Amino acid sequence: MLHAWLNVERNPTQTMRDFLRSFLEKGIVEAILVPAPSAGGASITPTLFLNPEELSRAEPFAPLMPVSEATMVSMLTRTGNPIKLGAVMRNCQIRALVELVKFKQAQLDNLIIIGIDCPGTYELKDYSAMVQNGVDPTASLLENLARGEVSPAPGYSFREACTMCIYPIPDPAIVAVTVGLMGFDGERLPILVKEELAEKLGLADGSPSNRREEVINGLLKARKEEREKQIGRFTKEGTGLEGLLRWFSKCIRCYNCMGICPICYCRECVFRTPVFEHESARYFDWAQKKGVLQMPPEHLLFHLTRINHMVTSCVGCGLCSSACPSEIDVALVFQSVGEEVQALFGYVPGRSLEEPAPVQTFQEREFLELGETLR
Amino acid sequence: MNDFEPKIIAFVCNWCTYAGADLAGTSRIQYPPNVRIVRLMCSGGIDPIYVLKALLQGADGVLIGGCHPGDCHYQSGNFKARRRVAILKKSLERLGLDPDRVWLRWISASEGQLFADTVTEFVKFLKEKGPNPFKTLQAL
Repeated sequence: MLHAWLNVERNPTQTMRDFLRSFLEKGIVEAILVPAPSAGGASITPTLFLNPEELSRAEPFAPLMPVSEATMVSMLTRTGNPIKLGAVMRNCQIRALVELVKFKQAQLDNLIIIGIDCPGTYELKDYSAMVQNGVDPTASLLENLARGEVSPAPGYSFREACTMCIYPIPDPAIVAVTVGLMGFDGERLPILVKEELAEKLGLADGSPSNRREEVINGLLKARKEEREKQIGRFTKEGTGLEGLLRWFSKCIRCYNCMGICPICYCRECVFRTPVFEHESARYFDWAQKKGVLQMPPEHLLFHLTRINHMVTSCVGCGLCSSACPSEIDVALVFQSVGEEVQALFGYVPGRSLEEPAPVQTFQEREFLELGETLR
Repeated sequence: MNDFEPKIIAFVCNWCTYAGADLAGTSRIQYPPNVRIVRLMCSGGIDPIYVLKALLQGADGVLIGGCHPGDCHYQSGNFKARRRVAILKKSLERLGLDPDRVWLRWISASEGQLFADTVTEFVKFLKEKGPNPFKTLQAL
């Protein structure tokens, strides 16, 4: 790993575009996945660039994440990655991608991950409101960063999942390059590059950014506090039979949380199979048993099952909450449960490609109290 | 509460626990009739959705039975089941639901008496605990 600096002449976005263009122009990658305005311009979405000229419209730092790029990289590499591909990714996306690789839903061969420090992202509705009110979300974020502050524009807040994210920094062991946004001082952008890549890019070894270190430490402290606070709120309001029913009370069983989840990769989810297309008589049976039947039924079964199926690999990207039309805080449930379930296995999703996911493996001598007769 | 008869759904593996239950029957060992048995080929075939469905529908207890560690007919199915049950119980506990209504027990084909004892013990345990609160809730 080598520390280098990118000089920011106009603004960091332009610097980053130029930096990314050099990947294509020097043949380091043949295509590169970078967030850019979606067709029509109302959102920002991962966009696959082959033409270096087109990169002038890329928005690598736009604080918006309507989908996980991990899902897009899975689409591009699941059945083999024929060309050298670069991808600009935030750490929750990288961690989700690591999980998907373990489940054989993506491949890292031929992939160069360009990780960026993630200060946080906005909900799409807030992002749109900012644009409408004449606030440039990216520019205001970068201005704050230049002052050493990781904070949203005044009057707005980041997505809750971002405010409680304790993994905002890409792992240099997994990415080829880290763009150290947290160390942006208004003039220079620190980056961490793998040696062989630095050579190809013509980057010289420099000093590490002390400022970045400081900003990250301060940020992590605040994030941990917020995380504890939010998880405490779930424990207080969302647990127990009544709490849980209240928490999911607005669920319309649209399955958006499952559809958007980068970890929920099943080609055919059991909830979308004929297993849940019950015969008409079945509904009346249930209604008879309890006197009434809430329709559509089985929303709690859906959430509890989804928790059991994938909470061990949940990276806390929060897209389930963002995608929920009823604004249920699904992500907080997954983070609260995930924290304890993952701890059973000493597992951190997305930490390492070497660790199998808990549901993929077992040890003969573990949980010995389970299965043994009491007495 | 005295006349409360708990309903137990048991998911048992074909090779060990089901055969154990069969042995209890053919040996005419008496045990409470509160258990409804569902046979799986292997305890490793247990999906948490089966257990959750039973609990949300109002089953008072769910028993998962498999071969003793090392004895699985398919080598490692029971180890996989054990991990899934560990995840299930921990998540139920974290959500403030009752993890103790789910029991995992290793019962071999020769342990008819152990099967009968386990059911007897589970029924007693559930009678003390009382009915599953989901029984009366309209939302599944």
